[in-house]
Amino acid sequence: MTGLGFLIPLALLAGLVGLMGFFWALRNGQFEDLDGASMRILIDDEDDVPLPPQDDSPAG
Amino acid sequence: MNIVTPLDPALALDETVLSVPGMRCAGCISKIERGLTEVEGIATARVNFTAKRVAIHHLPTLSLPDIQSALSRIGFDSQPLSVELTRQDQDSAQLLRAMAVAGFAAMNIMLLSVAVWSGAGGATREMFHWISALIAIPTVFYAGQPFFRSALKALKHGRTNMDVPISIGVTLTTLMSLYETATNGHHAWFDGAVMLLFFLLTGRWLDSVMRDRARDGVTALLQHRSAGAWTLDTDGRAIWTDAAELQPGMVMLVAVGERLAADGTLAKGETRLDLSLITGESAPETHRPGDPVLAGTLNLDAPIEVTVTAVGKDTTIADIARMMEDAGQGKSRYVRLADRAARYYAPAVHSLAAGSAIGWLVAGAGVHQALLIAVAVLLITCPCALGLAVPVAQIVAAGALMKRGILLKDGSALERLAEVDGVLFDKTGTLTLGRPVPVNLDDMPPDVLAVMLALARTSRHVLSLSLARAIDARGIAAAVIEDVQEEAGQGVSATWQGRRVHLGRPAHGVEGSELATAFRVEDEPGQVVQFTDALRPEAVETIGRLAAMGLDSSILSGDRIAAVAPVARTLGLTAMAGLRPQEKLDAIQRLSGAGKKMLMVGDGINDGPALAAGHASIAPASASDVGQQAADLVFVGDSLAPIATAIRAARKTMRIVRENLGLAIAYNVIAVPLAIAGQVTPLIAALAMSGSSLLVIGNALRLNRIGR
Repeated sequence: MTGLGFLIPLALLAGLVGLMGFFWALRNGQFEDLDGASMRILIDDEDDVPLPPQDDSPAG
Repeated sequence: MNIVTPLDPALALDETVLSVPGMRCAGCISKIERGLTEVEGIATARVNFTAKRVAIHHLPTLSLPDIQSALSRIGFDSQPLSVELTRQDQDSAQLLRAMAVAGFAAMNIMLLSVAVWSGAGGATREMFHWISALIAIPTVFYAGQPFFRSALKALKHGRTNMDVPISIGVTLTTLMSLYETATNGHHAWFDGAVMLLFFLLTGRWLDSVMRDRARDGVTALLQHRSAGAWTLDTDGRAIWTDAAELQPGMVMLVAVGERLAADGTLAKGETRLDLSLITGESAPETHRPGDPVLAGTLNLDAPIEVTVTAVGKDTTIADIARMMEDAGQGKSRYVRLADRAARYYAPAVHSLAAGSAIGWLVAGAGVHQALLIAVAVLLITCPCALGLAVPVAQIVAAGALMKRGILLKDGSALERLAEVDGVLFDKTGTLTLGRPVPVNLDDMPPDVLAVMLALARTSRHVLSLSLARAIDARGIAAAVIEDVQEEAGQGVSATWQGRRVHLGRPAHGVEGSELATAFRVEDEPGQVVQFTDALRPEAVETIGRLAAMGLDSSILSGDRIAAVAPVARTLGLTAMAGLRPQEKLDAIQRLSGAGKKMLMVGDGINDGPALAAGHASIAPASASDVGQQAADLVFVGDSLAPIATAIRAARKTMRIVRENLGLAIAYNVIAVPLAIAGQVTPLIAALAMSGSSLLVIGNALRLNRIGR
């Protein structure tokens, strides 16, 4: 029984964290472009090309 | 992917939102975002793929045509959207938040309730009830707001709607449960109250999402008819002027293939104008300097200069808009099925609850017990299934139709469409494609077609575009030509295999105002390609299918009798020709006065009032802005078949909705006597509510196959 006093608030807190997380995601526009999100992963980001060889040797 | 070019952060940036219907893949997203951010003056560009939009933050000095031309250099057509239009999703977001809160609370309270139902007693039960109260009361305050507000509004106007019994039920249940908890009673109904809110909010949210989605679809299609024009300033330079800032006396430059932004008189140049969207007239009319010209007409032949005479409220289009507004008022009075049901529902539920409380009091029960019974009745009868029955069926049907290229603009559209008993068609652009299609290409040798294709591709002239499209569709490759020259109003010429070839206006003028273009090599006699406004594919089949459904069709056209007759004959329809917008409106109002419920199908600005007055209305995606705004449904593509599909789908949806309402009533018939008898515990209430909701959702999901 004493465990209940500890576990129930914990369960509520965990649920509340989930709810807050959902609100946060909603406010940040995470659900605004659901189709686009699945596409963006396929975009080849050109920033991914290896850096050009550096002339000066790395410090240290 | 937000690549920010180094702009001074202190600068105030403007936001422009453009609709880009052509984006289809991941490559398009990166192409647009990268391409735009490389443009001088654009800070960020963010694509929303779902809504097919791009939001651009840019320096105020950058004008709309600059951005649009940058986009078209990347390879995408775009249309501007007003910023307010893009910020209307607030309603759905608020409902979604309320729904999330209610869902969270319902889960946690149910967890505690299950413990109570399975036998927790004494201090444990008391504690669980108090925790439930702690969760439920703020939830009811927050998540109940949409219902409380709507109920208050209805009561203020002396009416009652579905939200009144919901609000009373939820509030009473919560207060009664609080009292039970405080007096250490056996049953608390917090779980029922919160679960009820959750189910009802789900229904509301779905309803609102459907409206948003439909609106997005239509705004993406809306071809912003020239949102402005190039005008000449005092020094003779061309500057871009927004439509709202055009003033009488200004001189507009209108290129070939552009629509006029304002009424005016032709100042310079001679051209043919396509009036089909305004008057329904299919043959273009030749205009000379001094002739009056109308906003919304399409310039076909040569660049012209137009002196603006009327803008905004004074134009012919604005007159038609006023007529539409009056005609549309009947439609806004339409009461949806769910609201009609609520009219009987609310008083029935209230008298039932009050009756059972009084009955138990008379039978000798205490006030406390009688009140508990009344609460149980209110909770059990709360329109959980009823609130879900209509929106779930409609969103599933709308989703299935959207996959078939039919966009719903209004929630009640399906209901009204299911009720129609006759169809009226506009001719130009509705039964026909509304654009010229070459008819005699079969007579031409392939090498001539190849050269014509090459020439046609170099011009933006309406006939060239149509010709190129038709030859392309035959799988013919373009010939190699060089030294291309275009002479405004005359045509294009080029060198092909060392000889001069020419595509353009026929030398001797073709009989009447028929559309034609001539092709000739050097000075040999040419070949004349004739164009007509062809019937839409599957037009005959669609009329047949409508007739099989018991719907009579007829034509209301603004075009000449001579142009309407062949179409009417081919389709076997009766027709009225030469109608002005007011006469089309009168025809519809006469029929509805006789008790007929007409479906109006039309595209032009001249159809606007008739579309607004019809019991339901459909427009093709090629329609004018006005046509699309006035219509309840918009279909994409050339084929006319979606009209029959939409009516069939609407009828089936309404059958499912009625089944769902029947299920909800059957559920009440079983559950209400139990509640009145005092046999309903919170456990039974919870089971009954979720069970009936799942049943109606399952039934509605059958509509998924509707589009097939």
